[in-house]
This record gives sequence, C-alpha cells and structure tokens, in this order.
Amino acid sequence: MQINVNNKPLTTNATSLAQLAAELALPEKGVAVAIGNKMVPRSLWDETALSEDMHITIIKAACGG
Amino acid sequence: MKELLSSEMANSMTREQMHRYNRHIILDGFGREGQERLLQSRVLLVGVGGLGSPAALYLAAAGVGTLGIVDGDNVGLTNLQRQVLHTTPDIGRPKVDSAAEYIPRLNPDVKVEKHAFFLSEDNAMQLVEGYDFIIDGSDNFSTKYLVNDACVMLGKACSIGGISRYSGQLMTHVPSSACYRCLFPEPPAMNDVETCARVGVLGSIAGMLGTMQATECIKYLAKVGTLLTDTLLTFDALTMEWNRLHFPQNEDCPLCGKKPTITELKEYAFQPCSKKKE
Repeated sequence: MQINVNNKPLTTNATSLAQLAAELALPEKGVAVAIGNKMVPRSLWDETALSEDMHITIIKAACGG
Repeated sequence: MKELLSSEMANSMTREQMHRYNRHIILDGFGREGQERLLQSRVLLVGVGGLGSPAALYLAAAGVGTLGIVDGDNVGLTNLQRQVLHTTPDIGRPKVDSAAEYIPRLNPDVKVEKHAFFLSEDNAMQLVEGYDFIIDGSDNFSTKYLVNDACVMLGKACSIGGISRYSGQLMTHVPSSACYRCLFPEPPAMNDVETCARVGVLGSIAGMLGTMQATECIKYLAKVGTLLTDTLLTFDALTMEWNRLHFPQNEDCPLCGKKPTITELKEYAFQPCSKKKE
C-alpha cells in the first residue's frame, strides 16, 4: 500500500507499524513514531495497523546542543 | 519560586527596573507580576553551548534573577559558529567564565552562579534541587537523561532540546506531565548517535531552539500561556516544516510509568563532545 513517511510517499508491504519498523530497519532505541500528530508507544506497534495514505512521522532523538 | 503579595510587588521593582522591563510589563497577561516572578526565579542552564548561549542571553535580558550555569568545557574555535555567548578572545577559557563576564554587562540585575564542571550522577540531584527551571542545552545523551531523571525525581520543570544537522526538537516537562523517557525510554545505541561534531549542525538553528527553550522557561516562570508539555515540537530548517507531536505519559515509562525500573540517577557512557577527540 501507499503511505507517507516523513512527508515522502512510500510503497510498503507492511500491514502494521511493527512490520514497517522492521522494513525500514529502525533501531531498537532512540526512535519514536507518530501517526498523524500522535506518538504511538513501541508497545503498541504490533497491534497498530497501517492504512492507505496514512501519515507517519519517524523521529530520531537528537543530542546536539 | 517565592510567592509575593501584590502589595509587596508594587514596591519591589526600582524605577530603573520598571523602565528596563517596560515591554514585558505592558504585555497582556504578563504585567508587573510576571516580571516580578522572573526577578525572583532561579534557572539552571545545563551547558552554555549552542542552545545554552542564546537561552542565557534572552533569560538574562528578561531579568531572570539567578542564572546557574553548569559547564565543564572551555571555549573552542569550532564552537564560535553557533555559541554566541562566547567570543574569539575567549578561546581556551572556561565557558562559565565568558558567560559570567558577559551576562552582568547585558543585565546587572542577574546573578550568575558558576559551576565549572560537567553534570554527573554525583552532582545532578544537588544542583537541580536549587533551581526552579532547568534548561538542558547539553550535547550528549548522558546529560539529557540526567537532567530528565533528576527533574522527574525532584518534581522540577525543565526544557529538553536537541539539534542535529538542519533540524531541532524540544519538549517541556513539568511535574506530572510526560517525561523524555516516555518518548525515548533509552538513548540510542552508541553507534547510531549523530553528534554535532560528527554530522555538523547549522549554527542558526541552535539559536532557534535555544530561544524557544528560553521562551518556555519564561512562560513557566511568569505563568503565561500553555507549555510544550506532552508534546514534542520538531522543525526542519531546510523546508521550514514544523510539527507538534503529542505523547501522553507512557505507563510503560521506566522512570515515571506504573512499574518504574529507574529509581536512582545513573549516567550513561556518552561523553560531552569536548571530552572526545574530534
């Protein structure tokens, strides 16, 4: 299906957030994911289904100062 | 923060202070009381680098009564591209010294407390305890988690920010709002970390983020507006896209969740950039 990740279109075979994280090889730690403008805790990634045109934001913790 | 009766407030600012802070005092919702609160407040800046420099300048100009500065670093040439509190003749000097020299010239109302060392698991609780609001302007995850953990444990408010390349992110924590660990329970693996020394950073975004941290701090102290609590604000300077991402307190948070596993301060092995070979 076609989704939108960080404002770029992406075609994916993943059906859940956990599968998408695996497909994108997101690291285990230091990454947060939002659907729309709501963060989804990692404990819910398995049960969070993706849908067509979903807007997903992936945030990496930034340490610079 | 000491609460003052309005009758005491009326007499507590000098004529010169009424003049200096006039543009705050005439602000809707801010007024003399908001300014008085700033003058009575104590803010701790953890790091006076890219974020802490602009934050310090605006907090000092705003008349925050006491600015504590904890930083064990010396000014280096690569700092000057964004760390606007320090100048070229300051190279090699402790950052707390150049800060403590500049701030009273900007505003003699502000008392500076110098702590010329890095925040650590041994000193963080004691330092944080003595201030009303903490600004994390550090350049490493070890310090960011120390600030977060100490603030949650002590019931203090803080702003945690980070910048990298062309982008920045920040959040505000107050007692009972979500903490940094609700969002990022643990720091990334060492190899995934992109420090400014490794990937670079656009200097001016340090100013954007640092002044937003100062703004959150001033709002908290003066009791105006709503804060970036339970929210991560992110921006990308390349496209000027801004995002507000909401996250409530996470019941699985290892620090403030239902079954906390972190009950005392412990620092990670990340080092401030200056302690590493660049």
